Amino acid sequence: MAYFVQLVFAGVALGCIYALVALGFTIIFKASGVINFAQGELLLVGAYIVYAGVFEWHLNFYVAVLLALVVTVAIAVLFERFVLRRMVGKPVFSILMITIGLDILLRTGVVVKFGGGIRPPGTPPFEAQHDVAFGTGSDRLFFSANDLSVIATTVLICVALYVFFRYSRYGLAMRATALDQEAALAMGINIRTVYALAWAIAAAIATIGGIFLAVHEFNLDSTLGSTALLAFPAIILGGLDSVSGAVVGGIIIGLTEQLTSGYEGQFSAVLGTGFHSIAPYIVMILVLFIRPYGLFGSRRVERI
Amino acid sequence: MSAPPTVGVTPGRRANALRRSWSPRRGLLLAGIVALAIFFSVVTDDWLNVANYTMIFAIAALGLNVLSGYAGQVSLGIAFFMGIGAYTAAGLGSAPPTTPGGPLGLGLSFVIWLPAAGIAAALVGALVGPSALRLRGFYLGIVSLALIFIGQYLFKNARALTGGPQGRSFPKPVIGGVSFADAQGSLLGVLLSRNQLFFLLILIVLVLAAVFVANVARTRAGRAFQAVRDNEVGAAIIGVNLFEAKMGAFVLSSFLAGISGALLASYTGYYIPDNWDLTLSIQFVAAIIVGGVASVWGSIFGAAFVFALPIIIDQFSLLPQSSTSQGLTGGDFNAIVYGVLIVAFLLFEPGGVVGLLRRGQARIRALTQRASKGGAPA
Repeated sequence: MAYFVQLVFAGVALGCIYALVALGFTIIFKASGVINFAQGELLLVGAYIVYAGVFEWHLNFYVAVLLALVVTVAIAVLFERFVLRRMVGKPVFSILMITIGLDILLRTGVVVKFGGGIRPPGTPPFEAQHDVAFGTGSDRLFFSANDLSVIATTVLICVALYVFFRYSRYGLAMRATALDQEAALAMGINIRTVYALAWAIAAAIATIGGIFLAVHEFNLDSTLGSTALLAFPAIILGGLDSVSGAVVGGIIIGLTEQLTSGYEGQFSAVLGTGFHSIAPYIVMILVLFIRPYGLFGSRRVERI
Repeated sequence: MSAPPTVGVTPGRRANALRRSWSPRRGLLLAGIVALAIFFSVVTDDWLNVANYTMIFAIAALGLNVLSGYAGQVSLGIAFFMGIGAYTAAGLGSAPPTTPGGPLGLGLSFVIWLPAAGIAAALVGALVGPSALRLRGFYLGIVSLALIFIGQYLFKNARALTGGPQGRSFPKPVIGGVSFADAQGSLLGVLLSRNQLFFLLILIVLVLAAVFVANVARTRAGRAFQAVRDNEVGAAIIGVNLFEAKMGAFVLSSFLAGISGALLASYTGYYIPDNWDLTLSIQFVAAIIVGGVASVWGSIFGAAFVFALPIIIDQFSLLPQSSTSQGLTGGDFNAIVYGVLIVAFLLFEPGGVVGLLRRGQARIRALTQRASKGGAPA
């Protein structure tokens, strides 16, 4: 039982990281109808800047985080302004590919700047000596400080987003734009600001997710961005355009991965190795069979 | 029908009518063949190696172009179908295992295992297609991503066939007593190196694939693909069966990917499951964007841009090799080049290299027409 609880806890914590990445995807998709494949590499850039800030430039951790946020937000906003805005009305294929182009450039940029080797992740200082453990022996439960802070941070970010979308002027403008772009324009909402804001928020959340993900993985290398690909099943599960769906989807994916990883050893004769890495995709495919628009996504009108 | 064309139409010309305006291109074609022949007989094995890889990748790029370029369906799953092709080839073509537990092999002939590789990939495509093609746009893109990961898991665990994570060796073609496993082979009395033999073989397969795709694109099926791409509702209204068109494109694309995967693994000799990954798929998408979407030549140019460049850099050690040190390596340089090219082409020339060429051609034509003003239009 303790083992199960432990796995569930780890799954929720990992799921929160996926949820943070997935939130970025959903916010951009809602605002501008674009799936940003480079989300994972924004996360990578953020995590590397925090590493470099802490270990190479000897900055305070929070200063390094601030720096990382500034850089990733700048990349996202500039990319939206100078590249994506010229792609409005182009086919889905082209838009998807241009974000993959950004993805390749960001990852290669990181490898060229920092090398392909493994780096230590920048760890938040409040995590030191705050691991929590209960019980002894086989009943021992261990909650790592990183997992606890991921969950706390995700809750905080969700509350902040809720307040932002519900009460703030720009949050309302973003929701109006997502609902009906032309009507929003007619009401005097500046769509360009909305787009820029969506990308900025997505980049900032991805950076925070990246910091926790690097600590979770214990080391930082240039493949961190591909871990973020697991946010895709999360957003499909939740529905591409549902913000709360992204969080629920993320947690389901995290749980799926941790639980299969915890129990697959007992079925290794059938499942072989590495089943946990594809379990989220299998869940995603099953959900798509039953609900092609995800658990919380808005049902699109099928025209044919 | 009104008055017959002034040029006498022989049955032979009629058959060629599928390919539009052959005659002005004949000179170009001839020049191309001569250039290939010179290339073939003069260059070193290193350059042949570059050409061989480029042509192998061009076959799969053609496949992806059928699906994404002509039919407009986003897919990142092509590496998976290449893997299916490669392992089919290995299972059918490799020599039976000498040690118990060695990777499977039936020792069948090349003329069986190469087509079988394509057919197996096409069958898997037909199996996956119905569920994947219900989805559109981004959804399909993401689900095709799942295909890559599930494929890698299967490849790593199907040890008997794939050799597990450590990989396995792949069969070399043996055609009419000429074995491509030997360093040299004699063809019609001429002694050729292995790379030269492969060059001829791959060239033939590529030409067959290119002519096939070009002709499909110009017939009913190809028109249906393009109609689906441009407007699904419109296509359905004019009587295109959406499901049939998408499935056709998907299966054809998988078939070509399977052939390409089998040739790739056979030519390289050894492959591990990790090689059939997302990066490979993305490189193909980059290739068709850079080369030219919905264009046969575009697939070939694109493969040359994306795949030949790193081999050239590696082979001639133009940049430092190590990937652990900081600084620019060949792979990184290549990634930057095609990353920039993807963004630049999508922004400024969505037609790719082929689009650029067409634009240049149109400009030259405009110039020559202006020069001979008053003359009959071409």
